[in-house]
Amino acid sequence: MSDDSIDWIARAGTRAKGKRPDFLGDPTSERMLSILLAVAGEVSVLKERLDTVERLLDAKGTISRADIEGYNPDRDAAYERAVMTKEYIARIMRGVQQEMEAMQVQERPVADISADLKDN
Amino acid sequence: MKQDVPPPYTAVARHAVFPAPRHDEAARYNFLTGLNKYLSGTIGAGNKLAYDTRVLPAFRAEHGRDPRDRFEIRHAMNRDPWHRFWSACKRNSMEMRQQNGRSITLRQIDELAGKVRQFNEGRNTLELDPAVKVPRYQDAVDIHCMPGCYHGEERPGDMSAGANYDSGLFATTGGGLGALSDGGGQALVEWIRKERPGWAPKRILDLGCTVGHNIVPLALAFPEAEVIAIDTAAPVLRYGHARAQALGATNLRFIQMDAEHMGRFADGHFDWVQTTMYLHELSGKALPAIIREGVRVLAPGGLMFHLEQPQYTDDMPLYEQFIRDWDAFNNNEPFWSAMHAMDLKQIMADAGLPLDCQFVTGVRAVVDRDIFPQAPSGEQEDHGRAAVWNAYGAWKPKA
Repeated sequence: MSDDSIDWIARAGTRAKGKRPDFLGDPTSERMLSILLAVAGEVSVLKERLDTVERLLDAKGTISRADIEGYNPDRDAAYERAVMTKEYIARIMRGVQQEMEAMQVQERPVADISADLKDN
Repeated sequence: MKQDVPPPYTAVARHAVFPAPRHDEAARYNFLTGLNKYLSGTIGAGNKLAYDTRVLPAFRAEHGRDPRDRFEIRHAMNRDPWHRFWSACKRNSMEMRQQNGRSITLRQIDELAGKVRQFNEGRNTLELDPAVKVPRYQDAVDIHCMPGCYHGEERPGDMSAGANYDSGLFATTGGGLGALSDGGGQALVEWIRKERPGWAPKRILDLGCTVGHNIVPLALAFPEAEVIAIDTAAPVLRYGHARAQALGATNLRFIQMDAEHMGRFADGHFDWVQTTMYLHELSGKALPAIIREGVRVLAPGGLMFHLEQPQYTDDMPLYEQFIRDWDAFNNNEPFWSAMHAMDLKQIMADAGLPLDCQFVTGVRAVVDRDIFPQAPSGEQEDHGRAAVWNAYGAWKPKA
């Protein structure tokens, strides 16, 4: 590191100039979602790293950190890993997706149906 | 069934000054690429559903009429919980992309700066001019939530803004622009070869070149041409010049210059004046002024060509205009909305390119389809980042 090196960890998180829109109506929810999506990303990173380790172990029996850093998936491996990520995202975003689907139907509260079934 | 998935970040081309990602940094981009694709593709349709099933009916009930413009739709949609949550996720994805790109770039800033210096020092193809001011339209907010915008420096002489920009292009476009994220520039080469086979422009000018990713393919396709790329931001020019040199585009000169003031170039100096996804980052005053300057430096018989997302016209449904406007208000693109409603044809006509010399054509990114996906269009399109454009062009009258 040279003398004029910067604090890259702090600088990586620099805020972009420009007022951030209010999406969710309360700042706590905004922050919780920011953390949640970042953590979701990190879980995805861990999954991919584990997949790399497994593939390298399958291929070579023993591996080094350099092997992991230098790993370049071939087309089939890249496809399988991208499907893994896609499946992972679909799972964590399930609530949003199902809320989207709910917009397509008119549904009564289950309590109403329950009352209905009790007497009919 | 074969799943529609993006290529891995490891398929990105690592030219000599590219900020090399570690395993986990590439994986982080892979997540973001997948998340973007999910948001714009898999559940992007939820916005239209919310609009059709409840936002529009509520608007009609309240106002007794349909929305008159995309702004009314935006205000109505911004009250819808599903759209708000979708937007919040998308905004976070943009912010996370910046954090990851800056992390990759800044942790290796000394090493990258050294490599860039090797390509820049002592070469007369990079001309920086500290007297060039950052235009107001570039300084109002950090465009597309890129901290520091194109001109921010972590320290004097910095190039990391360019490196960060280059680093993230592949991820945010899902590989749709190819390994070097230059599918736009490749499309220009393919288009001109079909349009004017054998035409060999002697001088080409690219306005607002950033890291030069879209002009390098033209410089390589016309090695005899003198190609000049200008931008107001020194950090992207430093990086872009090194990048171009690393890729062998030695006939490409990068100059720090404001496109509103190109007095250094004589009238009719260039055979081709090009902009690629640039006009939407200007302002209502700067855009016509820059077009005028561009037309002035364009030779009779020369080509002016602007690659942009489609303009909003009366034919475009208001809902589509609204969703295409998402980046304007949620991803710091403050001129995006106004620019797409401008009458570009009339502006070009007023600048000296009569309507009968003009044309509009559709352009798709040219990439290795064997590896990289066709960019989705229509409902699945990720509008701010789509690899499909409209080109607004004109051949300047000869006399």
